[in-house]
Amino acid sequence: MSEPPDFSNWSCPIPLRDYPAIVMGHGGGGKLSAELVEHLFLPAFRNDALANLGDASIVPLAGQRLAISTDSFVVRPLFFPGGSIGDLAVNGTVNDLAVSGARPLYLTVGMILEEGLPIASLARIANDMAKAAQTAGVQIVTGDTKVVEKGHGDGCYVNTAGVGLVSVDTDIGPTRAKPGDIILVSGTIGDHGTAIMSVREGLEFQTTIRSDTAALNYLIERLLKAGGSAIHVMRDPTRGGVASSLNEISLASNVGVVLEEKAFPVRSEVRAACELLGLDPIFVANEGKVLVFVADSRAAAVLEAMRSDPLGRDSAIIGRVVDQHPGMVVAHTSIGASRVVAMQIGEQLPRIC
Amino acid sequence: MKYLDEFRNGEIAQSLAREIRRVTTRPWKIMEVCGGQTHSIIRNGIDQLLPADIEMVHGPGCPVCVTPLEIIDQALTIAAQPGVIFCSFGDMLRVPGSEKDLFRIRGEGGDVRIVYSPLDAVQIARQNPDKQVVFFGVGFETTAPANAMAVHVARQHGLKNFSALISHVLVPPAIAAIMQSPRNSIQAFLAAGHVCHCLGFHQYPALTERFRIPIVITGFEPLDILEGIRRSVLQLEAGEARVDNAYERIVTFEGNLPAQKLLEQVFEIVDRAWRGIGVIPASGWQLRPEYREFDAEHRFQVSGIHTVESPLCHSGEVLQGILKPNQCPAFGKECTPRKPLGATMVSSEGACAAYYNYGRFISADQLTHV
Amino acid sequence: MCLAIPGRVDAIFEDGLSRMGKVNFGGIVKDVCLAYLPDIAVGDYTIVHVGFAISKIDEASAQQTLQTFREMGLLEEELSASEACNAAPDKEGQS
Repeated sequence: MSEPPDFSNWSCPIPLRDYPAIVMGHGGGGKLSAELVEHLFLPAFRNDALANLGDASIVPLAGQRLAISTDSFVVRPLFFPGGSIGDLAVNGTVNDLAVSGARPLYLTVGMILEEGLPIASLARIANDMAKAAQTAGVQIVTGDTKVVEKGHGDGCYVNTAGVGLVSVDTDIGPTRAKPGDIILVSGTIGDHGTAIMSVREGLEFQTTIRSDTAALNYLIERLLKAGGSAIHVMRDPTRGGVASSLNEISLASNVGVVLEEKAFPVRSEVRAACELLGLDPIFVANEGKVLVFVADSRAAAVLEAMRSDPLGRDSAIIGRVVDQHPGMVVAHTSIGASRVVAMQIGEQLPRIC
Repeated sequence: MKYLDEFRNGEIAQSLAREIRRVTTRPWKIMEVCGGQTHSIIRNGIDQLLPADIEMVHGPGCPVCVTPLEIIDQALTIAAQPGVIFCSFGDMLRVPGSEKDLFRIRGEGGDVRIVYSPLDAVQIARQNPDKQVVFFGVGFETTAPANAMAVHVARQHGLKNFSALISHVLVPPAIAAIMQSPRNSIQAFLAAGHVCHCLGFHQYPALTERFRIPIVITGFEPLDILEGIRRSVLQLEAGEARVDNAYERIVTFEGNLPAQKLLEQVFEIVDRAWRGIGVIPASGWQLRPEYREFDAEHRFQVSGIHTVESPLCHSGEVLQGILKPNQCPAFGKECTPRKPLGATMVSSEGACAAYYNYGRFISADQLTHV
Repeated sequence: MCLAIPGRVDAIFEDGLSRMGKVNFGGIVKDVCLAYLPDIAVGDYTIVHVGFAISKIDEASAQQTLQTFREMGLLEEELSASEACNAAPDKEGQS
């Protein structure tokens, strides 16, 4: 048996003692991930910008407001219907900046390559990154490459970091949701996760579903113009699905969220795949969607602006913010009853029951 | 999706609920046997539509929950061995053994893989001739034909590196055991529709006669469950006790004959220990001697493992419907999905997990105010 | 214990030892073992559990069930309408 870890310097080690080593659940975007951040990283790095826990951090720099964000991509397989790790790497960071109200400008790239990765694959990934950057209007200005031995690295791991500028009066963040806010989503949910599952060993199925990976900065510019200061929160839901993001925001703003299940835009094939595996689409990953919390007064205008963008055609109102049950997300079911939408522990698992 | 969406129609659900309210004149306690039904009830909030007189009690129909602790520990021991590829349905990965779960084993270097179908495990065995591939074959009668076919196909391929750890349980003996329990107060059963696809329901009339309770074969979608409840209440109000098939589009009296034939060939009935309940005679299946070479328990010599169950866990009482999850002292405190004490908190069909995940630690009033 | 989903058999083929089908679930297609439903044909609906077709859906029965539900709803409407009619004169009498 190994020695128990020494937590004497940490501020709140209790939940971490349950798992002396990292498990896959820590990467799932659910409770375990949240605890790792809250109980290990935050106490270690201690500063106000980080404590805000937004998708990007906004820091003052030379009289401007700089948004800065980083994300790492470890997807398997590297190439999937609708895109590759390259697309995710660029779009993911662009989106993290955009949902903070920033105009994304420059990206860095760090690549960790596994010995044996075909150069052709790497070329394809680089090409995808270049195209995605061009579409998003950002430049990849610096990077780094390392190689690890065969057996590590899953082919390729990519990290991107990005910077952008935020205008002075923008105040958007996960703590700003208010009772009465309307919650919008920019399109169909669960597409990315379904596309990945369709090519995963043991779960494969034939489908036309493709990953929704996309840069959302132009869509977001449009909706910001329509909503202005009525936009309180934006988030791009990734792993853990819209449910995880909504739970995080509900907790951060200390408000309740009520959802209408029937209003969720879900492609029929995504629904079918989720039914087959016993999964709930609201917990399945996305890579090209934005959730918007907007004051009631501007909701209709923002919805129209979103729908006018090619990436937002299926935008819909999915719920609203209430002052009851703060920190908890509740959904009205298709039969007119209610259920709590709780944060998952790690990843959702396919089930037989 | 055809034959799914229609049975989730909100308006019809409301009218079925109104019908149930109309015909209910007294309190009744009905048990839904199957974990999938429990999940559907809690997830869709079906119980919120029922009159206060109807109490739904959640049964032990979750094979993940009732798989004996010894077998979980056997699975963990096998999965931890080098050169083994351990294949399992997703639900089993978080079920706690005496100390660990399959996820931990994976984290420690074990090759643990999720499969959708038992045939996927056979395929993995064919693709990895230098490894021992073990399939964790759990389930009720619903899954037994699939698991039997995997073993059968492995034999036909002459595979030497495939084996299955079998832990099958049967529903009718469980119903009998529950009815015989001195603390039992169940008055009617919703039988598990998909379980019945396999053996049919010719074993059920004996139960209704012996115990004088209605048994309604019920499906899983909201309308199916509401209809099952409605038919149960009608019988209860009229003092009747017979078997009624409310899932006619799927279930027949005889069941699936080709499946029964292969099951007869591959499995034999044994006494089984149900986690949290105890041994129920003739309530399980194991591989027949002719198939013993595919029995992982023999191949890996893992019998006789010492198990340790948490003393705080009341899974057994929950599974028998004696306790509601939120009545267990450990519910939401020492025991959460994050750190489950028992299987009922781990499995997505487990009543405790359903209650926790769908928020039954707050009152229904707080949920339905908006 | 019983996650079984309805799908339509789009094609049938042999894969050496077993009779298999391409089953279509609302647009996604998965290979499913049909060994337990020797009489199933292309165009039939079946429920599928862990990659096996376990029971053919009796479509006539399904439609019948739905029809019964709908009628129940209509009957209810009639009942409550007639109850409302019966109640109205009393109210008028009371005012």
